[in-house]
Amino acid sequence: MNMQLVTGNHAAGHSMSLAAEANRNARGSVCGIYPITPQTEIVEFVARYPFSKGKVIPVESEHSAMGVCIGASLNGARSFTASSSNGLAYMTENIVVAAFYRLPIVMAAVNRTLGPPWNIWADQGDSLMFRDFAWIQLYCDTNQDVADTTLLAFRLAEDKRVMLPVMVCMDAFIVSHTSMEIELATQDQVDRFLPDCKVPHRIDPSHPVTVGGMTVPQDTLTHRIELDEAMRQVPAVLEEHRARFKEIFGREVSGALTVYRTEDADRIFIASGTISISLRDIVDEWREKGEKVGMIKVKQFRPFPCEQLVELCRGASRIGVLDRNYSAGTGGIFWQEVKSCMQGQGEQMIQGYLLGVGGGDVVPETIREVVDDLGNRNAVASPIWKGIEQ
Amino acid sequence: MNAANPEYMSPDCLLRPGNTNCGGCGMSTGLTMLGRALASERYSMVIPACCGIVAAGAFPTTAYNVPVIASTFASSPAVASGVAAVNELNPGKDHRPNHVICWAGDGGTYDIGMATLSAAAERNEDLIYICYDNEIYGNTGGQRSSATPATARTTTTPGGKGETKKEIIQILAAHHIPYAATLSIAHPEDFQAKIQKAIGIKGFRFFLIHAPCPTGWKTEPAESVELVRLAVRSGVFPLYEVFNGVDYRINVEPDGTDPAVYYAKQKRFSGQEINLERVKTSLKRKNRRLRELASLSR
Repeated sequence: MNMQLVTGNHAAGHSMSLAAEANRNARGSVCGIYPITPQTEIVEFVARYPFSKGKVIPVESEHSAMGVCIGASLNGARSFTASSSNGLAYMTENIVVAAFYRLPIVMAAVNRTLGPPWNIWADQGDSLMFRDFAWIQLYCDTNQDVADTTLLAFRLAEDKRVMLPVMVCMDAFIVSHTSMEIELATQDQVDRFLPDCKVPHRIDPSHPVTVGGMTVPQDTLTHRIELDEAMRQVPAVLEEHRARFKEIFGREVSGALTVYRTEDADRIFIASGTISISLRDIVDEWREKGEKVGMIKVKQFRPFPCEQLVELCRGASRIGVLDRNYSAGTGGIFWQEVKSCMQGQGEQMIQGYLLGVGGGDVVPETIREVVDDLGNRNAVASPIWKGIEQ
Repeated sequence: MNAANPEYMSPDCLLRPGNTNCGGCGMSTGLTMLGRALASERYSMVIPACCGIVAAGAFPTTAYNVPVIASTFASSPAVASGVAAVNELNPGKDHRPNHVICWAGDGGTYDIGMATLSAAAERNEDLIYICYDNEIYGNTGGQRSSATPATARTTTTPGGKGETKKEIIQILAAHHIPYAATLSIAHPEDFQAKIQKAIGIKGFRFFLIHAPCPTGWKTEPAESVELVRLAVRSGVFPLYEVFNGVDYRINVEPDGTDPAVYYAKQKRFSGQEINLERVKTSLKRKNRRLRELASLSR
């Protein structure tokens, strides 16, 4: 056991560095890095790691950080980076390229409120704006989850059935800067878990091709269909690698959905990230009162696990979705996804709640209000804002 | 050997026959000369949005006979840094160099890619960056860039550009890179010699090619090479090189040709509003300064 008291950022940096080192007998590892609060400690960790076959390039912007990763990955190296908030926004153009070039890049995204107004606290709106660009997105809730999911992300991204980049997301400060005692992987374990990184379409001077030449619409359509097919492989491939993870590390890493006390529940709450930890305690409180309340934590946002969710929620008459993000003009983004999955599935009430948007603390009392509200509600309303100071 | 020989068109050349470039395209001739200079070398290219990537043709075919990565407009030096880093980590059994070349237009170099370029130069990445400068956004139909010379008419400066062209070589020299130089397709021997000199140097190397664009410059395609020759002779586009940011060397001395001949052949410089006297004055100043820098370096 390698138990240590570390922050979420340290957990991400540790797992990324060990994953990079694990590729030392193949093409090595290269990443572009650029600082932004609250992920800076991740790239600092990587920058001081003594790689035996790796290079860290401190560039001038997030856009170039992802540019370096694209070049390195297309030349066959394992590649990764980290960013947050407006840094992710600045990186956007190359984030799209990384996925559309089918590059198995892993990025830690520390969820921070997009400015303005300028604010460094937790909000998932930054990474969620990339929901349409073929990145797999996994939202973590604890430091252990960050450490383990980062390793799982490399295995998933580099699986030849998938070949897509993965964003490992965590709430700013609540995870990134809070210390927890967790079990950190050893190099030997990571070496056994991660095979050499192979990018099948990497450039090769003996077989020159042009990566990214112009196409006609029909070829682009084929490309998008291939992205769709790869995304559809993710749930089964993820389960396969979770099983292997357990064999090597002796612990579970959470999957697409984590279900808690939903078996006979008539009210189910859906949440992601750190809110789901507090929600679990509140579910217990209501169960003690004899009320049939359950919850589902969504980790895998892309691809969205629609079919499983529909099945799990079949017996519930009311569903509450708790979002720490807001899509202007509609509501919470997880709420939208849940609604679109449930369409045509029956007469369930699906109510959206906006909690901690802009990074405010989501305290147990706020979640109790939400649980109460869903129980007493006669009709569905527009998404309900919580945390407004009177 | 004649580096400009159009018969040099084998399937093994860098830019294969059957590409989509316009007649009289300076970039196209530049690519042919580059391919000849690097005929025995191993290399890959990173090309951002520009005519250079359109020249590849449509997927799945390509006009290029080396690996090419199409990058986003501002990213070619960043993407190339990633490619070069992996090459450095994987020298191969033969330890034969595996060069990485960025091939970008002036829009991608002087404008949108400036920060990325400056950063890669400052890090002294082991790259060769070549800007083919047609002094406009050619691919989008000829809009002004910061490489467009004063008085030139473009679709976004219909009355002629009021500002002066950016001095890119001096900006790059100020990064203390090991090598920066200008190239002309009218001087193929000088072109070839400088490319071959550059491949023997480690670190960031920068080239600027004067690349006529007949559709944007409103010139005769057949006169492209003649135009850039006039530019060298009259001092509009001096051929020179800078070592380590400080040592300047002029490769071809201007012969006193009146720059008016160069301007007169291009309809982009025609019009009542164009003040050639002002242009000539600034050219004189620029060339005097260049000679002074070169004399300091002797």
